[in-house]
This record gives sequence, structure tokens and C-alpha cells, in this order.
Amino acid sequence: MTLNTNTLHIGTRKGFFVVEGTGRDARIVSEHFVGDNVVLSTTDRRDGTWYVVMDHGHFGIKLHRSEDQGSNWTEVAVPEYPPKPEGFVDISMWGNEREWVLANIWSLEPALDRDGALWCGTVPGGLFRSEDRGNSWKLIESLWGVESRTRWGGAGSDQPAVHTINVDPRNPLWVSVAISAGGVWRTKDGGASWTPHTKGMNAGYVPPEQSDWPEHQDAHCVVQSPSSPEIFWCQHHMGIWRSANDLESWTELHVEPSSFGFAVAVHPNDGDTAWFVPAHSDQKRAPIDGRVVVTRTRDGGKNFEVLTNGLPQSHAYDLVLRHALDIAGDGESLALGSTTGNLYVTDNQGDEWFCIANNLPPIYSVRYA
Amino acid sequence: MREVLDTVFAENTRLRGYVVDERGSLRKHMTIFVDGQILLDRRSLSDEVGPDSEIYVMQALSGG
Repeated sequence: MTLNTNTLHIGTRKGFFVVEGTGRDARIVSEHFVGDNVVLSTTDRRDGTWYVVMDHGHFGIKLHRSEDQGSNWTEVAVPEYPPKPEGFVDISMWGNEREWVLANIWSLEPALDRDGALWCGTVPGGLFRSEDRGNSWKLIESLWGVESRTRWGGAGSDQPAVHTINVDPRNPLWVSVAISAGGVWRTKDGGASWTPHTKGMNAGYVPPEQSDWPEHQDAHCVVQSPSSPEIFWCQHHMGIWRSANDLESWTELHVEPSSFGFAVAVHPNDGDTAWFVPAHSDQKRAPIDGRVVVTRTRDGGKNFEVLTNGLPQSHAYDLVLRHALDIAGDGESLALGSTTGNLYVTDNQGDEWFCIANNLPPIYSVRYA
Repeated sequence: MREVLDTVFAENTRLRGYVVDERGSLRKHMTIFVDGQILLDRRSLSDEVGPDSEIYVMQALSGG
């Protein structure tokens, strides 16, 4: 099957939209599930299947799959948490007994060690795996059982969210995940065991003596370089970090005009080139001075350019969430979508941006198929 | 804990409405650490606090 890597999937508060074309020629070509809250989407490029996650509110979280690029959709299973063992103490940061119930899905990625298998990150903090394209799911007990898990906090969502899953290009049994707020973890045995990887990160929202605890790290988004897999980029709640030593440690980068944000993208063929979409700060989650900008480094974070061409530069209050920035496999096309419902694309790595839509619902995810 | 906060609020009356609601319960997205432990009783703030306890009142992470 030939897949057009410039097909773009947009998940929004009120529907799922498909964009075709690049740069100024990009257009919305179809709409799906209009009115429904589409949290995120992913494509299994091995078989071309599209997956869409919906939060129906009253009716819970649902997962739909399409084998014919959106012409028909089939609802499949969602992860289910096992019953909490009697007597198990699991008090959330809000002082309540944590319910072992699926509250949301915040990440979904093909598990590349087996055809049709998927990894799924959820709220309140469980990682699941399906061997059968979402027809059934199993909790990864090894991660759910780590000692610090009950201390993971809510961030973004009121309960911990597994929002990032990176399957290592060197070995599909190596998988890293990031949790808001529960740190960065990696397995090298297909999920049987996990180790935290947060050395160098810090958290300013807990007492100072706890600031380097792995479980407090709110890594908003982590991407692994496909071409230099020892390089990882992280947009953290406290700023931007980079690991160039295969997660052994992280180095903080200070970026102008701001290091606060949610999303990060890395070039598919150059681990030193990455993009961020800054907001003013934790306390002010809006662009600085009403100007939407993208920051780009081409040298591993030593220097950053501020990209503005085609982006609104006055009275713009767009926020770009963690799943709302993506780069296509060509390394040239990027897309970003905002909570204000604006969708921008570029076909030259961000030198020039084109607004594709101004009136979409709040955008939660943009993803090249 | 309530006694401690009331003492602080007495000195800064506007602060009260930012930290607790009109029932005196901790606001949903506020959090308090007492000697490194997260406050258990968010509703009545009845957690014990020692004379040398270190207390942090913080915004919990949330939103977007």
C-alpha cells in the first residue's frame, strides 16, 4: 500500500478532519464524527489503518478504526483497568481514593514488534497493549506496579496521563513513555520491566527537596530522533530539555522568547533539528504579546531561530497542546493546530506558514497519517 | 492546618479566597505539602502540623 505521508489528521473538540496537500495548497478534504470530542488519532503505517479516540463525556472513551481511510469506521474495544485489589491504598494527589477506571486515552502508537499490535497510554496512568488492532487490551502491570506510581500527579488532566509513547527505531522492544506528571520511563524488554530516566530534570511545583524526584517530572511531550535514536527532546512543564546520551541524563536549554510550552517535533533525518511552540509561561498560557511564534534549532539546541512568517503577530491567543504539532516524513512539512481553532502548515520547515483554517473547534491533535 | 492558614489569612485577607472556597475547603487545583507530604484532609484541613513543620501551598499542575 502506498501511503501519502502528507495526509494530515486533525482531532478537535467537535470532530475529526482530514487535510490533503502541502503548504498553501493544503485543504480540508473530509470531516468525520462532527460534534464529537476527538482526543487524538494515529495511523498504523504497516497496514494503513486509521485509529481515532473519542471522549464522549456521558458515555465514556471510545476507539474507532477505519481500514479504508475514513470511508467506514468500526468501533473497537477500549482499555479496561482491572479491579483494585482489596486493601490496596491508592490515594490521589487530591486526597481521594483513586478509581481504577479509564478516564481518557492520551497516546496510541503501533507496537512495532508484532503486526497489528498497539500501545495505548491512558488516564489515570495505565499503559495498555493490544495484540489485535484494538479488539482487546491488557494493562501493562509492570509499569502500573512501579513503587512510585501512586505518587504520580495529575497535570493537564486531573489524574496522571501517559501521553507519550516512543518505540525505539533500534529495537521495537525498547519503548519509552512520558507521563504528566510521572516522569519518563523506558523498557528494553517489551514492557516486562521499566526504569525511570529523568536525571537532570527538575520540578518547581513541589517542595525543593523533591524537585528531582522522577515521579514529579511533568514532561509535557518527549520525541525521540528517528535518525539519531540516542537523542531525545523534551518539552517539560519547567522548560526544554534534551538528552543526547540515550536517556542517561538530560540537559536544560534556555530558549527565547520562552521555554514554556507543550509540543515538540524533531526532524526525521536530523536529530539536532527540532521545533517548539512557546507560550508565555505556566502562569500565562498564551503567546507572548499576542504573537504566535515557533522556535527552531538546527544545532542541537545551541541556537534557536524564532519563526513568525505567516503566523499571526497581533492579538493572537492561540495555545498549541502537546499533540498539536507534527512533522511529516518528508522533513519539510509541519502542521500546528491551536486551541483557538486555527490550523497552520508549512512546507519549508517553518520558514513560511499558511493558515489552512481559522474556524475549527479547539484543536487537540494534528498528526501526519 | 486550618489554624495555620487562618493565621496567614488574618494578615492577608484577600489571600483566603484564592486558596480556599467559601466552605473553607482547599480549592480544587491547590495543593499543600506538610513536611513533604500532601495534605490528606482537603475539606476540613484537619491535618496535624507540628511547631517546626514546613508548609508549601502550591498550585497543582492543570489546564492547558
